[in-house]
Amino acid sequence: MIVNQFLVLAAALFAIGIYGLLIRRNIVLILLSVELMLNAVNINLIAFESMLDTPEAIGQVFAVFVITVAAAEVGIGLAIVLMIFRNRQSANVDDLNLMRW
Amino acid sequence: MTNFLILAAEEGEHVITAGDGGWWADTAGLMLVTPLIAFLAILAVGKRLKHQGGEIAVAALAVNLVWATVLLVMNMSGGVLDQTTFEIANIGNGLVFELGWVVDGLSIMMYFLVNLVGLIVFVYALGYMHGDVRVPWFFAAFSLFAGSMLILVGAPNLMQMIIGWEGVGLASYFLIGFYWDDLDNVRAGNKAFMTNKVADIGLILGAVILGVTLGTFDFAQLDLESVAHNEALAGVAVVGGLLLFFGAMGKSAQFPLHIWLPDAMAGPTPVSALMHAATMVTAGVYLMARTFPLYENLAQEARPWMIAIGTITLFAIGLLALVANDIKKVLAYSTVSQLGYMMTAVAAGGYTAGLFHLFTHAFFKALLFLGAGSVIHAVHSNDMSDMGGLRKHMPTTFWTFVVGSLALAGIFPLAGFWSKDEILATLGYEGYTLVMWIAIAGAFVTAFYMTRTVALTFFGEYKGHGHPHESPRIMTGPLVALAIPSVLFGLLNIPGVEIPGISNFTEWLGVREVTMGDHHAEGIDFLLAGSGLLAALAGVGLGWMIWGKDRASQQERDRFEIPLLYPLLRRKYFVDDAALGLVGATTGPVARLVDWTNTYVIDGIVNAVGGGTKFLGGLVYNGLDQLGVDGVFNGLSAAADSAGSALRKIQTGRVQQYASGFVAGALILIVLFVFVI
Repeated sequence: MIVNQFLVLAAALFAIGIYGLLIRRNIVLILLSVELMLNAVNINLIAFESMLDTPEAIGQVFAVFVITVAAAEVGIGLAIVLMIFRNRQSANVDDLNLMRW
Repeated sequence: MTNFLILAAEEGEHVITAGDGGWWADTAGLMLVTPLIAFLAILAVGKRLKHQGGEIAVAALAVNLVWATVLLVMNMSGGVLDQTTFEIANIGNGLVFELGWVVDGLSIMMYFLVNLVGLIVFVYALGYMHGDVRVPWFFAAFSLFAGSMLILVGAPNLMQMIIGWEGVGLASYFLIGFYWDDLDNVRAGNKAFMTNKVADIGLILGAVILGVTLGTFDFAQLDLESVAHNEALAGVAVVGGLLLFFGAMGKSAQFPLHIWLPDAMAGPTPVSALMHAATMVTAGVYLMARTFPLYENLAQEARPWMIAIGTITLFAIGLLALVANDIKKVLAYSTVSQLGYMMTAVAAGGYTAGLFHLFTHAFFKALLFLGAGSVIHAVHSNDMSDMGGLRKHMPTTFWTFVVGSLALAGIFPLAGFWSKDEILATLGYEGYTLVMWIAIAGAFVTAFYMTRTVALTFFGEYKGHGHPHESPRIMTGPLVALAIPSVLFGLLNIPGVEIPGISNFTEWLGVREVTMGDHHAEGIDFLLAGSGLLAALAGVGLGWMIWGKDRASQQERDRFEIPLLYPLLRRKYFVDDAALGLVGATTGPVARLVDWTNTYVIDGIVNAVGGGTKFLGGLVYNGLDQLGVDGVFNGLSAAADSAGSALRKIQTGRVQQYASGFVAGALILIVLFVFVI
């Protein structure tokens, strides 16, 4: 089996995710970019698992873990965003510079 | 813990089979600590109690009295001999420091005496000290006093005896100077303490000489080796014995170290009663009795000196009681005189005789002091010229005081008659005929001054202020309680008379590791007893003729002016003046020399050392500390500070900057891993 096409797709998704993470100013979109990066990793895991076909199905298991953690992360992340928006009427990261010296 | 037991001790023709006392003897050490526990307890909580700690002191001695009585009964019906010691420290050279307690005839007699008289006096003090100042402190020091004496009489060795000895001295200092608001009382306390300290040097030197020679401080060993005529011990026995006797002279107020005792009257009256009866002054006689086999076997050459001192004390100091106006001082001189009797008797070989007098004397002297306290309580004065005619106002005090006086004077059949007769018989038997006649003359003097005291206090017209009235029950009760043994306890040791069921005083006092070997008459020597009684009756009669009859002019008749003798007595034989002069003459120049040395030599050295130290200190401070140590630490902190200032600018608070850094770092790592490595 050939995994190249999956790796290309995953690399593209990861690059888009990094672009969104660094460029976007809206926190919700930054979180979406993080999700993109996580799913790129998941594609890699599944692709290599299909190729190697390990008896324990380690790739799938890790993918499921990543999805779980991502779900939790989005839950907490969106809650924080909601609170920030309520307090500051803004979801722009440029306004969030309180955590400095 | 070592327990040893010698089953049979031979006493005269009787063989006493002694038991080990079982549980009661094994726990007898409790008696030595309960008063000390009471001391601490009273200091801790005394103020909050109804009787301000007095109940704790009474309870402690009441518990002790149970033990003492059980042991006494066991000893009377068979004998008890036991010793318990704990090793505290090893001194080296085979010497060990041990604490513990002895249970034998001698110590049981003292346990009983101290606890019984102590308990009665404590109860009396509850009434006497009511409403006085510093009552908790009084009872605390009082408990310490009794506890120290119990440690002393229970001592199995010289070391523990010294501990108790000093404890008694300390507690007496507290109590004599109890009313320390008045400088005179403080001086009296100091005088007692310093006089005793002079004598203590003798005790400590004697203990060291005997203990180091023998390799042990144990009394039982000392007794056994004395009887066995240990050669090494024989070499130092006379010196050691005389040094111990010098120690005993201080505590038991023998001439010329008696000067502290009359001044010790500055304390509250219950203190005087306890001090003169059971605790303090009996310690010296007790020491002589405890080490009796030493004097009996090895230190015989010391005995003439001891007898001479004792005889001077019993007669010359007795005369002083004739001119004293303070009722307590009369009794104090009387005590000194009676201690002379005891000391003479023990020194002459009358182990039982001396201790029997100690035993009976404790009861009637405590009674007399408590009676005097009752009188002082009523008339608010110590001076007999403020008293008189109290017979009608204070009947209980009067009758008990008369009983005590008759017992002290040695009137048949009261306790003092039997014990004084025992002393006279011993002196006669041992061949000290001259001393015996002086002792009989002393009996006359005793009766003489006691008659004067009773007449001036209770007969004639009342010369004080206010209306005296009888003391409360809590004070008269103890008087009655002491009057009974003052009458009866002489019967414990009648020569030739056996009390059915119990052994007599001579037998149970002789329960020791070794035989005491003193003489106890088989029957009453009627000629001698008659002479003693006649002397006492003559004293009473003459005293009554002078002070009793002409009641109106009693005070004028008090000055029985014998040229030369009267001024001599008033000045107390100049012993006090001599002692003060000696102290002044010797300590003055020494003090000045010490002062000069202090100012010019020691201060110079101290100042030089101080200056040098200051200079060095400055050097170290400015050079090493300020420049060196502080410099390093200041430099380090400044570096950390500036580094922090520089680095904190990185922390912008912009999340995407951090993420950029993170991505850049990851890219660098990828490039490194893929292309370089």
